[in-house]
Amino acid sequence: MTGNIVETSGLGKRYGRTWALRECTLALPAGHVAALVGPNGAGKTTLLNLAVGLAEPTAGAVTVLGGLAAGSAAALDGIAFVAQDTPLYKNLSAADMLHLTRNLNRRFDRPYAEARLAELGIPLNRKAGKLSGGQQAQLALTLALGRRPRLLVLDEPMAMLDPLARHDFMAIVLTAMADDGVSVLLSSHVLAELERVADYLILLSRGRVQVAGEVDGLLASHRVLTGPTAEADKYAERPVVHAQRGQAQAHLLVRASAGDPVPPGFQAHPVGLEELAMAYLREPGAGALPGPAPMRQEAAR
Amino acid sequence: MYSCPMTIDKPVIGRPDDAAGSPPPDGGGGDGGTPPAGSWSPIEFRLDAASGVPTYLQLVHQVEHALRLGYLKPGDQLPKVRDVVAALAINPNTVLKAYRELETKGLAAGRPGQGTFVRATLSQVALPELTALRKALLGWLTTAAAAGLDEDGMVALFTSALRDFHDRRGGTGGRRGAASGGTEGVA
Repeated sequence: MTGNIVETSGLGKRYGRTWALRECTLALPAGHVAALVGPNGAGKTTLLNLAVGLAEPTAGAVTVLGGLAAGSAAALDGIAFVAQDTPLYKNLSAADMLHLTRNLNRRFDRPYAEARLAELGIPLNRKAGKLSGGQQAQLALTLALGRRPRLLVLDEPMAMLDPLARHDFMAIVLTAMADDGVSVLLSSHVLAELERVADYLILLSRGRVQVAGEVDGLLASHRVLTGPTAEADKYAERPVVHAQRGQAQAHLLVRASAGDPVPPGFQAHPVGLEELAMAYLREPGAGALPGPAPMRQEAAR
Repeated sequence: MYSCPMTIDKPVIGRPDDAAGSPPPDGGGGDGGTPPAGSWSPIEFRLDAASGVPTYLQLVHQVEHALRLGYLKPGDQLPKVRDVVAALAINPNTVLKAYRELETKGLAAGRPGQGTFVRATLSQVALPELTALRKALLGWLTTAAAAGLDEDGMVALFTSALRDFHDRRGGTGGRRGAASGGTEGVA
């Protein structure tokens, strides 16, 4: 599968007088688990809603699945969306939900969904409201995957789940990716858990894209330099994303690759996804768009 | 949840098809409580979230470790990507990246439609010698502890001695690259 699974150009959405999302230009390639990260109100849910066709852009355009207009019938067939609160009809049984989902969708693979529910040990005759929180999430996810989407969009899928349920939930998502090549776009606050899961990062801040790119590339192009505070300012011309200065020792998260020279007196450490994302979240002014983004093309790697 | 349909009566530790009577490399004997693997592969992966080592490298290191200690040998299958993904809830691309790395190192090879298999071995010595070496090392550790060295001190001393040894041999031999994810450059 080639092409971009989600592509936006100059995308904007205004609610009343507030821009929830602005000048958002993105090209998310297929075959990734992309994490959409950002503080509350950064525009994450707005972007997801625009991508799945639940909202209309105020400005710009968004296409999905390699060029289909978001919200078109063809696009809807290939996208499954699980909203924040894993919506289910609490009084319907899992079997009823299967029946309903099949009849509300043009495409639904009922045997697949039933097989997955059996694997998960979710009883078909129990009312959705009587299932545990983890099982409700699994049921909502299974109904979404039963549509055999090419793109699975998840809004804060792990927010309500305990650690074990999160693990099981993500295992289902990632197994679907391994089996069928489903691309995944998920928003999350749980940075620590994204490290294992996401291989593409989109960081939104104040309605704009601040960072976008493959995780490997982002991690390879950032380093933490630790050294004397007195020397730290000498390197101010370096692309410092975030600096923590103590009286004597400073930590600078900079854009630099493994081969770049380390200033005298400093030690270079590789950076993890969580640390990288936190640094950018703390510095809304900094940006890194090394992926297929229009602003700075050559910064990759 | 994703149990494999077939269980192999092979213990995880120790290779029944090795020379009869050789003790498992773990040496302890008393703690053999590891259940048989519910997988086609002799090994299973685990992740250490606190290690700071990238996930794919943890997988690479575990395979290398298993090769060095004889848990894996040529022809063995590595855990299937789907099984690793289901068990650890990690990105399939991460597993593929680890397996690609192992292929680049010449340690494993993919067979279309079947999976990834071990191609070469890293254990330069047979199990009995390995056990003897381990015993000698344990003896050294005891001496070092008696002399007042703590574990960090032992690691530091061993690493430093290994570096000397490496330099004296003229920089040849199997030192691992900078891939271990630690600190890189000290000026």
